[in-house]
Amino acid sequence: MRVVNGFIAVALCCLLSGPALAARIHVAVAANFSAAMRDIAPQFEQSTGHELLLSFGSSGKIFAQIQHGAPFQVFLSADQEKPEALEQAGLGVPGSRFTYAVGALALWSATPGFVDDTPTRLISGNFNKLALANPKLAPYGVAAVEVLAALQLKQVTEPSWVMGENVAQTYQFVATGNADLGFVALSQIMHRGRIKKGSSWLVPPELYSPIRQDAVLLQNAADSEAAKALLDYLRSDEIRGIIHAHGYATK
Amino acid sequence: MISEADLAAIWLTLKLATTVTILLLLIGTPIAWWLARTRSWWKGPVGAVVALPLVLPPTVLGFYLLVAMGPNGFVGELTQSLGLGTLPFTFWGLVVGSLFYSLPFVVQPIQNAMEALGQRPLEVAATLRAGPWDRFFTVVLPLARPGFVTAAVLGFAHTVGEFGVVLMIGGNIPGETRVVSVQIYDHVEALEYAQAHVLAGGMLAFSFFVLLGLYGFQRKYPAWGLR
Repeated sequence: MRVVNGFIAVALCCLLSGPALAARIHVAVAANFSAAMRDIAPQFEQSTGHELLLSFGSSGKIFAQIQHGAPFQVFLSADQEKPEALEQAGLGVPGSRFTYAVGALALWSATPGFVDDTPTRLISGNFNKLALANPKLAPYGVAAVEVLAALQLKQVTEPSWVMGENVAQTYQFVATGNADLGFVALSQIMHRGRIKKGSSWLVPPELYSPIRQDAVLLQNAADSEAAKALLDYLRSDEIRGIIHAHGYATK
Repeated sequence: MISEADLAAIWLTLKLATTVTILLLLIGTPIAWWLARTRSWWKGPVGAVVALPLVLPPTVLGFYLLVAMGPNGFVGELTQSLGLGTLPFTFWGLVVGSLFYSLPFVVQPIQNAMEALGQRPLEVAATLRAGPWDRFFTVVLPLARPGFVTAAVLGFAHTVGEFGVVLMIGGNIPGETRVVSVQIYDHVEALEYAQAHVLAGGMLAFSFFVLLGLYGFQRKYPAWGLR
């Protein structure tokens, strides 16, 4: 009898405390941060017991979905404008915004030795196509155009531009060899602190405005301790180390 | 309301769809004729390959086209050795992609119309000493005309509505590969919803009236075409 009572007590305990202890957090993540987030998620789940449900996509699409009632609780954007606009529209929790990562731009070729650690290849014009993310849509595209303008190569190279809808597609154009060169996110070609393959020029940060990526807590999670814990976790030193290893800086 | 870039995208889309429809009628007719007449074991596999784009996600088709037409792919190696360069990011690359993408929409209505003819008209023509080519051009083609109309309309409309393949192999070059569907996508992603509505609404109306016209036509000529 005492055993049964004990069982009931344990079962009640689990039933009552379960939801408060382990929550499920639905996170919308900008496509360029997906690899880093896949590394971070298991660690967060292990150390807090919460469960993360990750949705990846372009920031613009996620933004439109949030406006139309998507059930996301945290949004990791690829820029600063969209979290800010959400906050102004009353969809983001005021004061919850912060920069979780600062993106870095790289000129990359899938062919080893095609690019050295200088813009020489770009200046020579000796390449078939130059891939970049559409500057109208993607912060990495804006940065790429700024770099070309700073090097006074914008007009010369423009006929050889091919534009990806986002930086993931831009990477694909270069990775398949269809474009000799492309401006991609350093995070895409970096794994555990090293360049995975091909050759690249790490563009000096003074040639483009910083690609600040902001996170925001969304209104429907204003009272969620778990969601707030995730945002704090992203700011911890341990996680910053992971973010750096994926080719981002932090503020 | 409609910008110059939008107009360029509309013009490019119409040019692409017209080119693809003409080429597909030329390529699709012999395939449809063979599929309608053959008793070969190959009819199943060939028919399945023709129908693949009906069920494959366009991104799968687009991704394989990007790889195959790239400098290291077998199509890319062929086009390079012919001195044509590589096809992705060009108008003709989109044409090739669309040929695959819209193939079943052209082949199947023609095949159905040819199968519906049966043997009889051909046998009669043969007794009147019409040779095989003569029979094809003076008997089969005129009698299967409703199938060709359906095929042309569907092939054209389906190419206009193409998106996934173009996104994968296009590279978003104004006047070359930026078609209407991509332009709509850009407007939406850039949060320019008003411009997106103009083009998207136009596309919706276009598709509706094309299908309405087609179904009206099919009511006049029942038992033919794709349903």
